[in-house]
Amino acid sequence: MEGQIRLRPPRHRVDPRAVRYWMTGEAISNVVVAAVLGVLAWLIEPARPWLLLAVGVALLVGVPYMIVMPLWRYRVHRWEVTDEAVYTRTGWLWQEWRIAPMSRIQTVDTARGPLEQAFRLSSVTVTTASAAGPLKIKGLDHEVAADLAQKLTEVTQANRGDAT
Amino acid sequence: MTVASVAQASARTEEGWRQLHPRTVWVTALTIAGILAGLAVPIVIGMAGDVPIWLSGVVALGAIALVSGVAALVDLMRWRYTTYRVTDERVELRYAWVLHKLRSVPRERVRTVDMTANPLQRVFGLAKVTIGTGQQSGEHSHVTLDPVDKTVAEELRRLLLHRDTVVASPPGGPEIAALSWRWLRYAPISVTTPILGAAAFGAVMQVSDWFKLQGAVFHAVRQLFGGLSVVGLVAVLVAIGVAVGVIGSLGLFVEMWYRYRLSREDGNIVMTRGLLTTRSLSLERRRLRGVEVIEPLGARLAGAARVDVIATGMTKKTDEDKTDPKTILPPAPYETARRVAADVLGSPAATATAVIRHPRAALWRRVRWALYSVAAVAAALAVLGWLLTDVLLHLAWISAVVLTPVAVLLAVESYRNLGHGLAKDHLVTRHGVGARRTAALERTGVIGWTITSSPFQRRAGLLTLHATTAANKGAYPVYDVATNEGLHFAAEAVPGLLTPFLEHEN
Repeated sequence: MEGQIRLRPPRHRVDPRAVRYWMTGEAISNVVVAAVLGVLAWLIEPARPWLLLAVGVALLVGVPYMIVMPLWRYRVHRWEVTDEAVYTRTGWLWQEWRIAPMSRIQTVDTARGPLEQAFRLSSVTVTTASAAGPLKIKGLDHEVAADLAQKLTEVTQANRGDAT
Repeated sequence: MTVASVAQASARTEEGWRQLHPRTVWVTALTIAGILAGLAVPIVIGMAGDVPIWLSGVVALGAIALVSGVAALVDLMRWRYTTYRVTDERVELRYAWVLHKLRSVPRERVRTVDMTANPLQRVFGLAKVTIGTGQQSGEHSHVTLDPVDKTVAEELRRLLLHRDTVVASPPGGPEIAALSWRWLRYAPISVTTPILGAAAFGAVMQVSDWFKLQGAVFHAVRQLFGGLSVVGLVAVLVAIGVAVGVIGSLGLFVEMWYRYRLSREDGNIVMTRGLLTTRSLSLERRRLRGVEVIEPLGARLAGAARVDVIATGMTKKTDEDKTDPKTILPPAPYETARRVAADVLGSPAATATAVIRHPRAALWRRVRWALYSVAAVAAALAVLGWLLTDVLLHLAWISAVVLTPVAVLLAVESYRNLGHGLAKDHLVTRHGVGARRTAALERTGVIGWTITSSPFQRRAGLLTLHATTAANKGAYPVYDVATNEGLHFAAEAVPGLLTPFLEHEN
């Protein structure tokens, strides 16, 4: 392959509900931070102006982040499974592409936290023998995730050897 | 059958189950007694003012005897109920009292058989054998026989790492490298020297504190060097520290690398070394994924390098080990390191491959980081100085003046060390500031790619590649390579893996 090349985006987007899921997560953090600082401001009178300033700054940063990050992240997060490999793209400002060949996959896990549960989302974690971390696909629909895990597990079971 | 010949070493056998060596009880008792004696001496001396020394001595001896006795008893029970066996298919270790445990490892999965013997175990003719599978899933991937007779250990090693050959070649196959005492000169030019020097002062302070003699020590020092100014005194103390550090690092080198020998035995790599604690590490060919040639700053200036193996299922560095078990050659002349790396790898890839330099943008990134970090330090000092005292303001500009050239130099150095290249069977990556690391990784040992880019890298047309592998730390990096070059490199290094996910830019 000659000339200018680049990585093409993986074929599938994550579920659109992931945007609301990420936003909700950020909204919760914003509320918690504001509430803690607010309570402290109410209790500690001498530090009140400073603490209220801190609440203001936290929200000034947190609210735009809550809106921008999930939308941006949704444009970046993508995944694809071919007969040969699993291919993911994650991140938003700092982006990461990961590729693992099917023959080197060791385990496939699906997981869903309480908040993911509320949005009927799951994440799939694909590990290889490398100590440098697994591939994670977050924000998939329950059924899509289950099917994907099923498919990957079948493929990896068909592979013999210790995948190192 | 060889299995039978190993089996006869033990008395109580039942379907080939054998016991560890009973002398372990003595080793345990004496080890514990030694540690306790080391703790007791300062206490007894420290209490000498309040309690007659014979009384505290008798109490201490009694306590030592009691605790070591209990430890010996515990170890006796462990020995009594621990058995192991080597069948045609598996290596099994069984513990059967109160809590039943059976660890079983298929023999075809055995990738390492390491033997270590501390001085006490050597006196009793024992060795600890660790049989590993090359999986990195922690404790369960190992069977540890602690301890067995030295000859049994040697026999087990040869038996377990030989596959089909019943007729074993004589021990000590073709030699790859052996210790040269000329290498001793590289031992002091490492980080161990300042660390040991500083530790020595710490130890003097600690011990004199136990005996409540710290004041006396200071007094003695002032007496000795009374005529000297503060600067002179500091110079003398630094010189003493350096001298202690040098002696210490030489001693450490001798303890670790005495009778070092690296050889090939039935295709496996075998390393033996050690003065007091002896070690023998065997590495099966199938586990080898590459080698890394490492030139720490001091060694590099002296034209030396050390060699590490990149292999799956390496045991992690523990407190007992003073070096990583993966180091197969201590700092030695670069020419020797080059030859050993090539010999182990079966290819001169690690040192002979032309590495491709990375684009200038990588240099500017590094210079920018350097300047930002200097600016951050100076700014922090300046803000504090503005709030607190003028002294810090002066410190701010002085640090900016002094640190800027240093930081820029490090940035340039870091850039100059960047490189990557392809050999026939290996991919080569180089990076590092201070220590320069050149890794040659088997192309078939690459089990995936991780590609990262920050917004700044995207603007500069760079990306960072990591070749993931089952060996060692899991990934080998190619930092700040030009996007196009990096992707071509990755696609070519492991054919077919990345190519389906690439597209031509319009």
